[in-house]
Amino acid sequence: MSNWIEVVSLKDIPKLGSRVIDVNQMKIAVFRTSDDRVFAIKNACPHKGGPLSEGIVHGTSVTCPLHNWKIDLASGEAISPDHGCTNVFPVKIENGQVFIELLVA
Amino acid sequence: MKEKLVLIGNGMAGVRTLEELFKHSDGDSKGSDIYDVTVIGAEPHPNYNRIMLSPVLASEKTIDDIILNSLDWYKENNVELVTGDAVSEINRVKQCVITESGKQIDYDRLLIATGSNPFIIPVPGAEKEGVIGFRDIHDVHTMLDAAQKYKKAVVIGGGLLGLEAANGLMKQGMDVTVVHLLDALMERQLDKTASEMLKLSLEQKGLSFMMQAQTAEIVGDKRVSAVKFADGSEVDADLVVMAVGIRPSIELAQKAGIYCERGVVVNDTMQTYDPKIYAVGECVQHRKECYGLVAPLFEQAKVAANHLAKIGSIRYQGSMISTKLKVTGIDLFSAGEFNEVDGDETLVMQDASCGIYKKLVIRDNKLKGAVLFGDTMDGTWYFQLMRDATSIADFRRTIMFGQHDVGDAGHGDVSRVMALPDSAEICGCNGVCKGDIVNAITKKGLFTLAEVQAHTKASSSCGSCTGLVEAILASTVGDGYDATPNKKAICACTEHSHDDVIDAIKKHELKSMQAVREFLEWKTPDGCATCRPALNYYLLARWPEEYQDDAQSRFINERAHGNIQKDGTYSVVPRMFGGLVKPDELRAIADVCDKYDVPEMKVTGGQRIDLFGVQKQDLPSMWKDLSAAGFVSGHAYGKAMRTVKTCAGKTWCRFGTQDSTGLGVKLEQLTWGSWMPHKFKLAVSGCPRNCAEATIKDFGVVAVESGYELLIGGNGGIKVRVTDLLTKVETEEQVLEYCAAFCQMYREEAHYLERTAPWVERVGLSSIRDRLLNNEIERSELVERFKLSQQYAQVDPWKARAEGKSSYEFTQLKIAG
Repeated sequence: MSNWIEVVSLKDIPKLGSRVIDVNQMKIAVFRTSDDRVFAIKNACPHKGGPLSEGIVHGTSVTCPLHNWKIDLASGEAISPDHGCTNVFPVKIENGQVFIELLVA
Repeated sequence: MKEKLVLIGNGMAGVRTLEELFKHSDGDSKGSDIYDVTVIGAEPHPNYNRIMLSPVLASEKTIDDIILNSLDWYKENNVELVTGDAVSEINRVKQCVITESGKQIDYDRLLIATGSNPFIIPVPGAEKEGVIGFRDIHDVHTMLDAAQKYKKAVVIGGGLLGLEAANGLMKQGMDVTVVHLLDALMERQLDKTASEMLKLSLEQKGLSFMMQAQTAEIVGDKRVSAVKFADGSEVDADLVVMAVGIRPSIELAQKAGIYCERGVVVNDTMQTYDPKIYAVGECVQHRKECYGLVAPLFEQAKVAANHLAKIGSIRYQGSMISTKLKVTGIDLFSAGEFNEVDGDETLVMQDASCGIYKKLVIRDNKLKGAVLFGDTMDGTWYFQLMRDATSIADFRRTIMFGQHDVGDAGHGDVSRVMALPDSAEICGCNGVCKGDIVNAITKKGLFTLAEVQAHTKASSSCGSCTGLVEAILASTVGDGYDATPNKKAICACTEHSHDDVIDAIKKHELKSMQAVREFLEWKTPDGCATCRPALNYYLLARWPEEYQDDAQSRFINERAHGNIQKDGTYSVVPRMFGGLVKPDELRAIADVCDKYDVPEMKVTGGQRIDLFGVQKQDLPSMWKDLSAAGFVSGHAYGKAMRTVKTCAGKTWCRFGTQDSTGLGVKLEQLTWGSWMPHKFKLAVSGCPRNCAEATIKDFGVVAVESGYELLIGGNGGIKVRVTDLLTKVETEEQVLEYCAAFCQMYREEAHYLERTAPWVERVGLSSIRDRLLNNEIERSELVERFKLSQQYAQVDPWKARAEGKSSYEFTQLKIAG
């Protein structure tokens, strides 16, 4: 079963920036691109767990602040030649509010 | 409907052009978004790395190791591949090509990359079995087969290719004699001395030589049995390899009426006389030159792709080439005009028992040519100096001893890179060994430093091993080494260099990142993590009054005004002007540490106190407390002015000649808060004992009885560099004036992320000195601009955030899921 959770207003995420959501001790980074698309991924780089929320956002990728790995926001996968993957969460925007979908055990 | 692009020749130059072309395609689509591409190759293989044939012959690599583009690559990029079927005709009227098997393939654009053929000397018997060239996989197979069955090999030609072939055959167990028409080996790359040293080393390895020997006839029945020379002498041979040169393969183009001389003639856009037909690689003649090495081909590929993609923004202007011999155990490098002519000067170093010879040819204080034998570590640096036409006046006395960028970080005196074992650690930051790098280069077909950095991570952190990695790259790929171009693009988002951007912002009054990206035709809408911080800095430095700093284009440290640590916490360094501190201030720092449970405190190298392990959300309230105690941000996290380190000075020290702490405080008050291309450190020592280590700072002051020595361009980090003396002044006011002028010149002219040390070396100490010392007007204008920009920069970012600025940056959202 799954449920959609309202997390933040779109306007409260800076363009090409992010906000961090703390859900049951897990940190999820919610990113906003320059064309107002929103992505949610686990806030840990597949390389050494760096906080992706703190990286520079460009296109639909973020560059990890610790060792410059580039992570694709849509798939959570590291961009070649690096290899690795972090979790992604479905996102929707309704009336300017951002919702993410969490699986409920 | 896409246009049709047909490539004749499935080799390195042609396929590299396709790779460059695909990079210009929009977004995620594989292959080209404007062409349907067909490749026609005469050989039955996918594209392989021709320059690696010598290691294959020497059994150091296998054929599979040297495949550059697997069959999957062609599929993934929607390229139709025809192999083992040569093109027999180009029909320019119907715009199609016809293959030997009768296929007709139409084109809108045609790319000719037919390469070259080995030159077979027209002597009687040259057609006999066992007489071959050294050009493709087929030739290598023939040689490997012969080595199994026969004993005696003769290689005709003592050039690069001939010697590599001879070395390979010798490794396969054959007795090899190299026959050369002239009296010196590799005469097109080496001077007489280096050539003699090379011959001696190769003889010690087991090769025999016959010099000044003119081949007259190949003797034998069906198969070769001997080679006969003009003087009547003979030498036995079961295998003869002719490696006397190559001829551009132009028959196809010639037959189609495309204008050819020695090669297919092209203009600076790689276009032939038929505007629908382009040509790249060894078949090409450009500005009277034909190239037989790989690096120029890659430059040509980039240009051809740029025009095929209909961008049309770059031109090919010819290549300067360097040579490395790929014979294991022999380090040899040559580039440029290594044989001096009248009026040239030469610097020579020769140490016969160490087997080292270096010769540099200098004209008008510029490096024109270099020959290195035995120690080729600095070959890539010399080559760069030649390509950039850098004036060597400032470091002429030490140029022979190399760049000194290797060895300073614990690499020791590594001069013979190829002699290192595979297990030798090259990159200390990322733990990458030589074997890893060589493997990645050969297996993945890497040619540039950037590619090696991406695949192995070597030299991608601190960069101190860059010289070593470049040397390994150059030795491994030999002449295919694609040296960093002298006009390097900022990042993959653009073709433009740092200087292009700095100039355009100034000249065309570009005042936003969007404007810069539009004006210079950026390929990506947002830029990337490399170019955005650079553009943000350049705009801020040029337009301090108007430009709105973009937080999202700053690295996290500068956005959060603290240093991010590996666990995601931050460190906080309050500014202590000149390193001075009062009891109340120390108490305030101690209280803050108690209040926010700071797990560790440490005194820094710059005489400040670092508080580690602070949670991001605690930063604003911590800054509020520090601010109340009178502290401002120490900018220990930024590409910015960092600290002024001072010694005790004459107030206390019995040796002190001036008030070093007082001057330190004044310098820090002048410069704090200034954003710089990279971090910027200062120091003031009160006497020449130099306790504040001012001689390894970006701007250092050493006080003496009669005044102050001003020092610039020092660095105590990755590459230790001692400062250069800028000048000596008499008063504190002059110290402050020169400091402001120097800071501003660096701020306006250095490339983003370029420390003062490499900047001073790049632009030359004499030009900086000349402008700062002899041009009073320029100096005072620099000072004015620095002061203007400081009006906007000296706003404490900590206080602003403690009062609520950018609060979203520091607050996390908590959700019960």
